[in-house]
Amino acid sequence: MALLEARSLQKHFPMKRGLFGRDGGSVRAVDDISFDIESGKTLGVVGESGCGKTTTAKLVLNLETPTGGEIRFDGRVLNGLDGDALKSYRRSVQAVFQDPFASLDPRMRVGGIIAEPLTTNEKLSKEEVKRRIDKLLDVVGLPARSASLFPHEFSGGQRQRIAIARSLALSPRIIVLDEPVSALDVSIRAQILNLLRDLQRELGLSYLFIAHDLAAVAHMSHTIAVMYLGKIVEIGDAKVIATNPKHPYTKALFSAALPSHPDERRDEIILAGEVPSPVNPPAGCRFHPRCPVVMERCHSDIPLLQMSDDRRVACHLYSATAG
Amino acid sequence: MAEPLLVLDKLSTHYISARGTRVTRAVQDVSLTLDAGQTLGIVGESGSGKTTLALSILRLLPPAARIVSGQLRFDGEDLLAKSPNEMRRIRGKKIAMILQDPMASLNPLFTVGDQVAEPIRVHEGASRRSAWERAKGLLASVRIAAPERRVREHPHEMSGGMRQRIVGAIAISCEPRLLIADEPTTSLDVTIQAQYLRLLREIQQTHGLALIFITHNLGIVARMCDTVAVMYAGRLIESGPVRRIFDQPSHPYTRALLESIPRLTDTDARLTAIDGQPPDPASLPSGCAFHPRCLKALDRCRVEAPPLYTVGPQHSAACWLEEGAPLA
Repeated sequence: MALLEARSLQKHFPMKRGLFGRDGGSVRAVDDISFDIESGKTLGVVGESGCGKTTTAKLVLNLETPTGGEIRFDGRVLNGLDGDALKSYRRSVQAVFQDPFASLDPRMRVGGIIAEPLTTNEKLSKEEVKRRIDKLLDVVGLPARSASLFPHEFSGGQRQRIAIARSLALSPRIIVLDEPVSALDVSIRAQILNLLRDLQRELGLSYLFIAHDLAAVAHMSHTIAVMYLGKIVEIGDAKVIATNPKHPYTKALFSAALPSHPDERRDEIILAGEVPSPVNPPAGCRFHPRCPVVMERCHSDIPLLQMSDDRRVACHLYSATAG
Repeated sequence: MAEPLLVLDKLSTHYISARGTRVTRAVQDVSLTLDAGQTLGIVGESGSGKTTLALSILRLLPPAARIVSGQLRFDGEDLLAKSPNEMRRIRGKKIAMILQDPMASLNPLFTVGDQVAEPIRVHEGASRRSAWERAKGLLASVRIAAPERRVREHPHEMSGGMRQRIVGAIAISCEPRLLIADEPTTSLDVTIQAQYLRLLREIQQTHGLALIFITHNLGIVARMCDTVAVMYAGRLIESGPVRRIFDQPSHPYTRALLESIPRLTDTDARLTAIDGQPPDPASLPSGCAFHPRCLKALDRCRVEAPPLYTVGPQHSAACWLEEGAPLA
């Protein structure tokens, strides 16, 4: 059993139109997706803006309530949790966001920022809090004297270390990492990615890693889920997905990734048009209007996520009856 | 041999505080050349001076900044000797720039036709009608469907990708010789980024213009550039042909930067991180500005900044480890 299991997860945002709030349909941000986050492993989610990856993160953080499906954590269904059980879930799942200049309160000292989750959740003596702050700072590679300084005295990379220290304060099981390095200088990114990998190994943490840098996702993840318009179109072992994608969308996405050497030439697949609105997603396969290998049935039949070789893919090209 | 299209010779741009007491050396002694039709990548982190360098070429610096020394020649002319009026006739006409956020550089109140036609009317004195006709042609050349209809629309009526193309159309409207793109694809989705880079490539090939990419993204350099200039703390620390820099980087900073980037094809290797952080341009370390982060720093690096040495064909690097090589 995986640490966290999402089953047929769905989040539709209702839209109101006009003065009296007539029902205007709904935005299907996340539409019937299932995935596992294994203990001590990283699930990477990739896809373009509007594909539902941030909504997925919010559902996992319990900041949004699903309109369908369920999330099970340690075998317990999340939806019905209340009181202590909910509190304990919230402590188990923490987040680190993109911009460490926005996510840290400029008027609080670093020690206070890191200790805040501790002092609001646990009754600890002053000495104990101080001991825990020192330990957390040490874990993320900052000197103990940082505790008495303010965030503005730190660089972007150091601030992200502070945000990571805070997320670790309650000894969580899962950390949601939403673009954790894209606001940082290039020479700093590797420091943070290495730190995150070390922490995962030492503390057995699970990550939900969201980023638009495909190489960073491939580097950090054990499993990669590719999302398009609220659906998972392909999911499997990170190396398999990154080097041998099957879904035409995944292929196009990874073919567009920037090379790491001038001689590395990929046959770039340029997709026609843009991502359609999630309010009225195309019928059949949602990718069919942009798909370079679209077939007749893609216009009407919704492809199911099915096992194909070593990953699951939602495409009629690979469905059992196609062949 | 003909002179390169753009020549920077020991160019220095400093920010000087109002009372003249504090000087920030944003760009120091940078020498570069760029031939017509070629693509140069200027790579650096925040504070490395890459944007100040681009603005110096356009002479679009904020009031506190001065080009204090060096030479700047473009198309055989001395740009530093030009009056503000003369510069205005060069900007947008011979040298165009695409800013960091192409989405934000369109005016929401004017039609697309007005905005694409504006530089043509200003620089070439064309009539509104003929400028609009050319605007339609430009929209077609950046592959916007139904340009007759689109010229009459406003930016909000278009998708993000189309707005990008329109910014591209404005940039090439007066057929510039040089196009400078500052962080052209930050915060774009990979597929949109790929479309955009392809568009710039097409524009470059059909119009034969030279391109400068100001970026921190080595992937863009690998895909797009012929030559690379690496900036650190206001100085050019390495430059050369793109393959040479990727295969045989000479400066420890360039080498470390290349090793610190995750690769799609090799996901197991631990990344080589560079310790410390980029220096504050207002208080640079003594000697070579990279020495506090450099694993190979010598005593000398702490006191004396190294000159540029020639380390290969058209390849130079500013590092004491290369001492003995001829000066560049």
